[in-house]
Amino acid sequence: MRYEAPDSIEGAVALLSAATGETRVLAGGTDLLVQMRADVVDPDLIVDIKKIAETRAITEEKGGWRIGAAVTGAELKEHPRLKSVWPGVIEAANLIGSTQVQGRATLGGNLCNGSPAADSVPALIAAGALATLAGPQGRRDLPVEDVMLGPRKLALRKGEIVVSFLLPPRPPRSSDAYLRFIPRTEMDIAVVGAGVSLTLDGAGTITAARVGLGAVAARVLLVAEAAQAIIGSRLDLPAQQRLEAAARAACRPIDDKRGTIEFRTDVAAVLTRRAALIALDRARTS
Amino acid sequence: MAKHHVEAVVNGDAVEFLCETEETLLDVLRDTLQLTGSKEGCASGDCGACSVMLDGRLVCSCLVLGCEVSGRRVETIEGLAKGEKLHPLQQKFLEHAALQCGICTPGFLVAGKALLERTPDPSEHEIRFWLAGNLCRCTGYDKIVSAVKDAAATMRKG
Repeated sequence: MRYEAPDSIEGAVALLSAATGETRVLAGGTDLLVQMRADVVDPDLIVDIKKIAETRAITEEKGGWRIGAAVTGAELKEHPRLKSVWPGVIEAANLIGSTQVQGRATLGGNLCNGSPAADSVPALIAAGALATLAGPQGRRDLPVEDVMLGPRKLALRKGEIVVSFLLPPRPPRSSDAYLRFIPRTEMDIAVVGAGVSLTLDGAGTITAARVGLGAVAARVLLVAEAAQAIIGSRLDLPAQQRLEAAARAACRPIDDKRGTIEFRTDVAAVLTRRAALIALDRARTS
Repeated sequence: MAKHHVEAVVNGDAVEFLCETEETLLDVLRDTLQLTGSKEGCASGDCGACSVMLDGRLVCSCLVLGCEVSGRRVETIEGLAKGEKLHPLQQKFLEHAALQCGICTPGFLVAGKALLERTPDPSEHEIRFWLAGNLCRCTGYDKIVSAVKDAAATMRKG
C-alpha cells in the first residue's frame, strides 16, 4: 500500500490519474481508516490531500465563503464568522462524531464517503453549495447534490478530487438550520437528516428557500417541491403543512433496523418543518 | 514497498521510526515507540481510549496513519506527569476514584487536559459533551466528571 502526500492539487491529480489499482483520497480518515481496518477497502494508493494549502483554507470569495475539502469540523466551529452566516452548515458538520472525530473529520470526506446519511451534506445542499473539483481535464464546479449518485457512488471521474466548497453570498435576513434524528442523544448515524436554508424580505415573507433531506433515499436529496411549498409564505400553519407533505412525498427510504419506511417518512416531515422554523427564527434576527 | 521513514516530536522529544502505510499512529506508539499508555479499545474511533494530541488537536490515534505524523507534534498520556509529579487531572482521578479497570483512563486524561486548556472553568454539560467520545464501561462517568471539575478548580488556583 503506497502513501503519498503531495503539496499541490496538480500533484494529487497526477498520482490518482496515473494509478492502476484501487485508490483512495485521505482527508480526515475517520471513515477510510475504519473501512481499511474492517477490510472493506484495501487501496493500492492513498493520496493524503492535507498538505495542499487550498484544501485546508477558509477564505472569503466574492461575498461568499470557500471552505477547503480537508478543513476539519473543529476548525469550522472555531471560525470567528462562519457560524453566524451559515449556522446550519456548521451545526451539521459538528454533529459528525465525537470531539476526537471532529479534530479530523472533514466536509470533503463526509461527501466523498458516499453515505446517504452524511450529516453535513443535506445542510450543504440546502445552502446551495458548489463543490469545486480538480481532475486531469482541469477544474469544474458541481452542485453538491450532483456529486453523490448513490451509496458509495460519486460523479467524480478518474483522477478527480474535491478541492473545496463554495457557499454563495448571503442576502440580508437569510439563515439555515440542520436537524437529524438518531436513536440516542449523541454520536450516531442519522436515521433522517433535514437541512433548510431560507431568505426573508423586509415583511418576513420567504423569498428563497432550499431543502436537503438525508437518509431517506439512495442519495441525499434536494427537494425543490418542499422549497416551493414555503416560498411566498411566512411559514404559517398551512405553509408548514404543505412543507411537510412535500418532504414526505420526496422520501424513498429503505426499511432497516434503524428505521422503517413509515418512520423515516414521518420523521423527515417533522424535521423539515422544525428546521424551517429554526432557520426562519434565525433569519429574522440575522 | 519500502517502509516510511518518519520524523516527529513525541512528548517534546524528537523521534524517528519506520512504519508501513497501514500502520496507525496507535500501532506506532504502542509497538514501535513502546508508549503503551494509549490503549486500543474499538479501533474505529468510537471509544477514545487511544486519544492523543496531534499538533494541539485532540484525535483518536487509531484513526491516524503513522506516516501522516511526519514533521508533526504528538502528545500522549506519557507526557502528562512531569517526572514524579502527577498532573492535577491524574491526582484528582485518584482522589475521586474515577477509574476501575483503567483501560479508558489514559484517553479520559488526555481528552480532559485538552478541554481544560481551552475551557478552564467548564460546566458539567460542557464536560459531558466534550468527553462523549470517551467510553468507560466501569464507572458510570459521574466520578470522572467530578474529577475533571475538581482538577479544573485546582488548576485555576494555579
